[in-house]
Amino acid sequence: MESLIFFLEDAAPLLVLGLVNGAFYALLSLGLAVIFGMLNVINFTHGAQFMMGAFVAWMLLSWAGIGYWGALILAPLIVGAVGVLIEKTMISRLYKLDHLYGLLLTFGCALVIEGLFRNNFGVSGLPYAVPAELRGGIDLGFMFLPTYRGWVVLMAVVMCLLTWYVIEKTKVGSYLRAATERPQLVQAFGVNVPRMMTLTYGAGVALAAFAGVLAAPIYSVRPDMGASFIITVFAVVVIGGMGSIMGSIVTGFMLGFVQGVTELIYPPFAQTVVFFIMAIVLLTRPAGLFGRA
Amino acid sequence: MTLDRRTLITGAAAGATLGGLPFQSRQARAQAANTIRIGVLNDQSGLYRDLSGPGSTHAVRLAIQESGITQRGINVEVVQADHQNRPDVGSTVVRQWIDRDGIDVVMDIPTSSVALAVNTLVRERNKIFLASGPATSDLTGAQCSPNTIHWTYDTYMLARSTGGALVAAGGRSWFFVTADYAFGHALERDVSNFVRGQGGTVVGSVRTPFPGTTDFSSFLQQAQRSRAQVIGLANAGGDTINSIKQAAEFRITRGGTRLAGLLVFLTDVDSLGLEVAQGLVLSETFYWDLNDRTRNFTQRLGQMPGNVRPSMVQAGCYAAALHYFKAVMDMGVAAAKASGVEAVNRMKAMPTSDDAFGEGRIRRDGRKLHPCYLFQVKTPQESSGRWDYYKLLNTVPGEEAFRAENAGGCALVQS
Repeated sequence: MESLIFFLEDAAPLLVLGLVNGAFYALLSLGLAVIFGMLNVINFTHGAQFMMGAFVAWMLLSWAGIGYWGALILAPLIVGAVGVLIEKTMISRLYKLDHLYGLLLTFGCALVIEGLFRNNFGVSGLPYAVPAELRGGIDLGFMFLPTYRGWVVLMAVVMCLLTWYVIEKTKVGSYLRAATERPQLVQAFGVNVPRMMTLTYGAGVALAAFAGVLAAPIYSVRPDMGASFIITVFAVVVIGGMGSIMGSIVTGFMLGFVQGVTELIYPPFAQTVVFFIMAIVLLTRPAGLFGRA
Repeated sequence: MTLDRRTLITGAAAGATLGGLPFQSRQARAQAANTIRIGVLNDQSGLYRDLSGPGSTHAVRLAIQESGITQRGINVEVVQADHQNRPDVGSTVVRQWIDRDGIDVVMDIPTSSVALAVNTLVRERNKIFLASGPATSDLTGAQCSPNTIHWTYDTYMLARSTGGALVAAGGRSWFFVTADYAFGHALERDVSNFVRGQGGTVVGSVRTPFPGTTDFSSFLQQAQRSRAQVIGLANAGGDTINSIKQAAEFRITRGGTRLAGLLVFLTDVDSLGLEVAQGLVLSETFYWDLNDRTRNFTQRLGQMPGNVRPSMVQAGCYAAALHYFKAVMDMGVAAAKASGVEAVNRMKAMPTSDDAFGEGRIRRDGRKLHPCYLFQVKTPQESSGRWDYYKLLNTVPGEEAFRAENAGGCALVQS
């Protein structure tokens, strides 16, 4: 009994931390799911776009004096605009080809973008302070929870639900879903499908940049900050079911927990556990936990 | 993946050069015999890039200029490659460098696991390994080699200097957050031995996956729950930056627990910012603003890649290359190229002198001796601007800073 209490005391902070990690997984996999679900493109540039969000926040602060709150709105717009440019000039030419081409292109873009930032800013990272309003924290008894981490979870949940609502419950969302199934037919009704695709990609990218701004005060702002996340996030998307919005949200938070618990029980397995689960899910439910086969 | 590609390109370029060899004129072959080839192998894209990376190559180039070796009619060629912090990648590059490209000296290697793999390989081929980047004290201990010189620092020195300072300040019980590879293990071992030797205890440790861990908060929570007086960070580069940053965020030190950055580089402090890093105690063997010689050296380096001030690893690359060139000029290029062991023996026989580390010498086990400095990171008020980060607390002379020659279990010493 005593050992159980001890375990729970140890586990409680890890569950809270798992929730925070899960928030980032959910936000990033959500963007990926939106892009894959609507455009059928596996966006390997997502990690680089996440990183760009953090860097743009840093640039806005150091070069233009615009703080965190401004960056939270401006950075996604700026990075989203870059995404629109990438979609217009490159990705849109690949829709008719196999998935593999889109994957290779976006992977190449990620390498180029990360390389550019690495050459200009080094790898050690740039400091970005937590905004004054969100400093401090709450003593939960078993641990100290920084206010900012709580804010991240809150923002992630709000953003996830908002995206889910737009796509599943609004008229725009229904156009989008229809355009995925029957693009020609939707176009015949007078909807500009290519423009909708472009904006959807821009929105997915903006989600990644939004996560990047949220991450800037926690992790150092550095060129490889996305690369370390993106592989896990892809596993999340696969486990949740490619293209399933709700799937990626729920799986993101869930895997954050699982990882938190693994870090307590057997740390060397913490990075692998996600892929272990992915393998099991693929073997038993190839379409993913929430996917429709 | 970037690195594979880079390796491929290096390989392709090397292949092209070598493929042409049989058709080269006698004059060209004579020139090849008169050419020293140096391969700088380090992290060009990951978490150790800023403290080694292209800056190390830049420092080696300065050593070529200042040694006057080219004025003696000896050509020096420098190539660089990325080992991605993976022993398999590092071994492949070095095997190709030695077997196909005729590389005589491998330098730097900031990742201990890669350094240990290359150490064996270089010894088999009787070439030279001038290790500036790696930390593991095994390079001059159980795995010491007559072909290797361990130049800049090692885990024993860090344990004794930083660990010693914290134990002396009352840190009797320790918990380690350790990067899960050769370096982290060696550093944890050396600090643990030192702490126990001083009557302290080690209450536990947690091993964090390397590379690829960005969030250390759960590991730090475990460390805090152990109620140890000191949390020792047996990691480096970006891992240390994230650990220190997140420890501040979660107020890990609020109950009086102290945080010990066992290997902190100048570039890490720059990235953390003084607001977070102030008060940290750390050990280095080189700091650009230490004295007139180091300031002069830093000025001669000019603009470093990435606009950073030189780290001790990069300074070590300069000093090791400079000393090697002195040995080559002393013994002749043919003899130096013929046997790595002989060239290293010549380097050991000559006292060292350079602006980065001052006067020193190289021991039989391959350990380069120079003073170790204990620094404290300045507060934002104390600092006059970017890169003005350290104040000197203590200097330990080279003969005392490192593990005694006969205590490491190096076979070269016993024979």
